[in-house]
Amino acid sequence: MSFVPGLFHWLCLSTILFSIGLYGVMTRRNAVGVLMSVELLLNSAAMNFLIFNHFAAKPFIDGAVMALFIIAVAAAEAVVAMALFVAIFRSRKTVDVTQIDTLKG
Amino acid sequence: MNELANNALANSFAFNNAWLIPALPFFSFLLVGLFIRPYSEKLAGIVATLSVSTSAALSLWLAFDYFSAFPAGAEHPALVSWSFQWLRYNEYLVVNVGTLIDSLSILLMVVVTFVSSLVHLYSIGYMKGEDGYGRYFTYLNLFTFSMLGLVVAPNILQTYIFWELVGVSSFLLIGFYYTKPSAVAASKKAFIVTRFADLFFLVGILLIAVVGYNLMSLFGVPNGLPENVSAFDFAFITNSGVSTMMNNFGILTPALILIFIGAAGKSALFPLHIWLPDAMEGPTPVSALIHAATMVVAGVYLVARLFVTFAASESALLVAAYLGAFTCIFAAIIACTQNDIKRVLAYSTLSQIGYMMFALGVASATETLGYTASLFHLFTHAFFKALLFLGAGAVIHSVHTNNIWNMGGLAKKMPITNITFLIATLAISGVWPFAGFFSKDEIIAAAFGNHHYVIFAIGLLVAGITAFYMFRIYIVTFLGKARSEAVDHAHEAPMTMTIPLMILAALTAVVGFIHFGDYVSVASIITGDATGHAEGGFPIWIPALLSGLTGIGIAWFMYGGEKDRATAVTEKLGVIYRVICAKFYIDEIYQFITHKIIIRFISTPIAWFDKRIVDGGVDLTGWLTRRSGATLSHLQTGQTQTYAAWLINGVIAVVVIIWLYAS
Repeated sequence: MSFVPGLFHWLCLSTILFSIGLYGVMTRRNAVGVLMSVELLLNSAAMNFLIFNHFAAKPFIDGAVMALFIIAVAAAEAVVAMALFVAIFRSRKTVDVTQIDTLKG
Repeated sequence: MNELANNALANSFAFNNAWLIPALPFFSFLLVGLFIRPYSEKLAGIVATLSVSTSAALSLWLAFDYFSAFPAGAEHPALVSWSFQWLRYNEYLVVNVGTLIDSLSILLMVVVTFVSSLVHLYSIGYMKGEDGYGRYFTYLNLFTFSMLGLVVAPNILQTYIFWELVGVSSFLLIGFYYTKPSAVAASKKAFIVTRFADLFFLVGILLIAVVGYNLMSLFGVPNGLPENVSAFDFAFITNSGVSTMMNNFGILTPALILIFIGAAGKSALFPLHIWLPDAMEGPTPVSALIHAATMVVAGVYLVARLFVTFAASESALLVAAYLGAFTCIFAAIIACTQNDIKRVLAYSTLSQIGYMMFALGVASATETLGYTASLFHLFTHAFFKALLFLGAGAVIHSVHTNNIWNMGGLAKKMPITNITFLIATLAISGVWPFAGFFSKDEIIAAAFGNHHYVIFAIGLLVAGITAFYMFRIYIVTFLGKARSEAVDHAHEAPMTMTIPLMILAALTAVVGFIHFGDYVSVASIITGDATGHAEGGFPIWIPALLSGLTGIGIAWFMYGGEKDRATAVTEKLGVIYRVICAKFYIDEIYQFITHKIIIRFISTPIAWFDKRIVDGGVDLTGWLTRRSGATLSHLQTGQTQTYAAWLINGVIAVVVIIWLYAS
């Protein structure tokens, strides 16, 4: 009898993924690292859509559609963010988010 | 409208359109001030003069129609020829703006429009070439409008509004030479002193209105008054039932004294007289119009308008009598020592207004001669005092100084001014057959007839003093040798200035013969029974005339001869003379009270409170906001990840709270 993961396991995976992303967002000093962590967060959310679609609303594919949307948005966001990082790097010679604090009160 | 009027005055154009009399100067004020003045200064003078002259013609026409309808000796009803509702607080407190026509308002209208149009005409010559010629006529029109609005007012609130307007236009005209600091100071002084008095006037009005409203809500409209009467209407205030009731509540006397303080401020009675001598800083025709013939008698007019009410409260009337008598002698004494021709005239105006006021004061509901005498004196005084001022203006225009000791011998240089000034001087001194003789005689007779012997004595004495100081300035100015070089260049004034002088001189000579009591008397307002008044058998005119002639004699003795006798007298009087010359130090006393007492003990603490407590409170809120902002701004670290931590912790907190409360 091979092991078939259920809803609980999938959600655990998604939570772990989210937590890793959150940890990355909070701790990475490199802006690219922060962006990658944000991608993890998005992916865990997309995964949640798929999981619930699979376990709670089988005949429909709404969750899968939402996941596709999220992947598209994440791609666009990555492009914009990378462009910003390049621009910031040009002016400040760094993409260390702890150094970029011009809004300090 | 009244039935009487329907019959007698229905077809009178002047009566039906009486609103035009104040409105014409108003329209002209707008027209001249806004459109003509920038375009042509000369035309401004002409239009202003024409409009006021038209008003004068209309008011003469109105007087003719009114006194044809209600001939001499008959009842002279008070009619409202035109009015509209302006403000309505409730059923009993309505302010109607309108025109009240009775013998008193007709008297004032004729005097105001007549003197005003002559002053306008005179000013065309006097102000020629001055800066602000057009502005001057604009103000003059505004003043005439305000004064006419005041005298035709059928209710006390309209009177009050125009009363203030008169004050404003007087302020503008006194400060006409606004580049001269003394003129600016004088205009402020006049405005502040009269405004201070007006505050009491307003309180008096409100007191009467509140009590009147309560009376009417409790007891309904008093008998003999129309249903739509308002507590502000003169008809209501002067109603005998109303004044009796107010007297019973004990508010009549306080309210009337408050109103009287307002009247005393405008009429420059002691101790609120200090603004009038300084007001001579304005152009001389303005002094003739405002500070001799019209505005300063507004107080007398107000007391006369409310005379029946004043008579119901004897103490209010007594205050008027004694304050009037005191001002009368007080100002006359100061006038003897002044050297500025306009200031002498100003003090003589104070003194003559004192006469009018005590004449009203000595009258009572039964002995009403004083009322007639007062208004008679108002009437004659307007002409001869305007004439004196205009004559003085002609002299000043010609020699460019106000000091009588720089004049002298002007009689030959300025014959018309000399003759007209002499007529006015004789009139004010009470010499037969000029106007002042009749009115002053009647006032003194009224005081004697009603057993006010102290006031009678003052009146008699002041008649002599008046003659003395008036002849003093006449002799020093017009007779004797030239006292300065300026006199050599003196010349007669132009036609526009001499014509008003001659008209006024002619009037001064004849108006005394009018049998005034038949037209203006209390009897006609109370009962309609205008019987003559016995003068008590004793011919009062003999001592009055003697007193005047004595004054003239002393003046002639002291100033007429070659020898300088006046200096010896002043040296003998010593300190007394210096005190009088300094106007009894009244201005210094005011200075002391305002600076040393009011400013130090009241204004400074209030200023401190305002600065520290009120302003401090405002500053404190600002400071608090600033400090809290500065403190909280430390939360703004600029570290994106700190914000992310706040966000996540916030979300967790919200979730936890929802979870706790949901379960």
